[in-house]
Amino acid sequence: MKEYDKRLAAPYLVWMALFTVIPLLIVCYYALTDADGHLTLANLVSVSGYGSVFARSLLLAMIATVICLVIAFPVGYFLSRLRVNKQRIMQMLVMLPMWMNFLLRTYAWMGLLSINGPINTLLGLVGLGPFNMLNTAGAVVLGMVYNYVPYMILPLYTSMTKIDQSIVEAAQDLGANTTQTLFRVLIPMSVPGICTGITMVFVPAVSTFVISRMLGGGANLLIGDLIEMQFLGNSYNLNVGSAMSLVLMIIVLLCMSFTSSFDEDEMEGVS
Amino acid sequence: MKTKHLRLMQRTYVILFFGFMYLPIAYMILFSFNESKGYALFTGFTTKWYASLLTNSSILRALVVSLEVALVSAVVATVLGTAASLGIAGMKRTSRLVITNITYIPVVNPEIITGISLMLLFVAYQRLAGGVSWLPDVIMGMPTLLIAHVAFNVPYVIFNVSPKLRQLDIHLYEAALDLGCDPKQAFFKVILPEISPAILSSFLICLTYSIDDFMISYFNCGTVETLPIAIYSMTRRKVSPEIYALSTIMFGAILAVILLSNTLEGRRYKRDLSAQQN
Repeated sequence: MKEYDKRLAAPYLVWMALFTVIPLLIVCYYALTDADGHLTLANLVSVSGYGSVFARSLLLAMIATVICLVIAFPVGYFLSRLRVNKQRIMQMLVMLPMWMNFLLRTYAWMGLLSINGPINTLLGLVGLGPFNMLNTAGAVVLGMVYNYVPYMILPLYTSMTKIDQSIVEAAQDLGANTTQTLFRVLIPMSVPGICTGITMVFVPAVSTFVISRMLGGGANLLIGDLIEMQFLGNSYNLNVGSAMSLVLMIIVLLCMSFTSSFDEDEMEGVS
Repeated sequence: MKTKHLRLMQRTYVILFFGFMYLPIAYMILFSFNESKGYALFTGFTTKWYASLLTNSSILRALVVSLEVALVSAVVATVLGTAASLGIAGMKRTSRLVITNITYIPVVNPEIITGISLMLLFVAYQRLAGGVSWLPDVIMGMPTLLIAHVAFNVPYVIFNVSPKLRQLDIHLYEAALDLGCDPKQAFFKVILPEISPAILSSFLICLTYSIDDFMISYFNCGTVETLPIAIYSMTRRKVSPEIYALSTIMFGAILAVILLSNTLEGRRYKRDLSAQQN
């Protein structure tokens, strides 16, 4: 289409160079130099000293992603089988909590999980607890699941609306039981949604620092906390922080190339 | 018999799920009216937290800042992104692909990376500007906040407007030219009305992302506080039911907007339907 003037994109190209490309190059520059600007690998080497934090981030984010998938799959399926006007209402209900700032939602969990909070009070009535739920790794996973499960449901639901009910019925007529229908028909046909959902949950979960700080106390540091501390916190060191960011970016890239290797149609259902 | 059983299980599951999703929200609404500052016991009804919230000057100031940043950055991002979409549509395939892929970077990158990379750029600028007399030395604050918000919003505009532009029948534009419009007239009379719904919806998306953003603002706000940043510093201090009151108000506002837009849409749908029948 030569009808449109290419020059219209010029301001954006300048913008993109200044505020997308150059900042990432600066991250790489800082990661590979020392405070005096000499080339060094010391920053990347020092990142390996935080291996346990990286491992914990990856583990918690993976657990949260798997739980999200398990919770979201039936929800997405049931929603996609409803009548169209009901689907719209249900979709709204899924998205409504997302509209509220995630800091507020996470803050509510701080109250709910606290040692003298309502959950422990209820458990106390039946003679259980009180349990120390706040400031544990479990609370961090719960926070991740709660905040990001809609990002799993929506793409799953989108790809499941494309599964015709007659296909499910055909599978059952031909003698497939529930498990077989699930693993031979439903899951293979919702792979695009699963892949998008995994990326959309895993990426924010592995890089968060707010959830770990609010629900994990000081004991459950994640990569995000480490990076934040290098840039705005006590251990101010832009070079090490950049090296950590670089490693995080590589992790995310690996995750995305992993999911997109299953599916060409990535980013489906992102709206 | 078996299907009935299955139905019941489905229904229970969905109810449990929504119970989980709405439990924190119900909890906040309830405890925003609680007399005492406790977590668990409801000791009596009060609206004093709402009163103290509405006189909390740091929250109100942050709200104003958030709205300002959202409006300005959404306008700039929409204009910049729409122009970019038009320009990109006029390019050859390879350059279009390269630009689209770079545009994806802020969308797929973790927000914390976008945040710190912009912060590094601004820090580098301030170091540079310290030695050059005619450049403003300190930009951390409102200017950097605006730049950061435009930066993460522009891609969403481009990914919203570009598909609409591709669907558009280019022959209409050519017809307008043949019928004597100059390119400018043809653009404003043919193309712009076609893509204006996409432009409007991108503007609204930018507004909501901008008001909601915490991560990227956090690294680029200097001493200026947006609403999410004010909320964050409140949550770092003692428990305050004021936050619950704020959440309740925000939830009410969001619910009202959604219900309103839904009824309007429903009405338009009905009107279109009856118009088709006539």
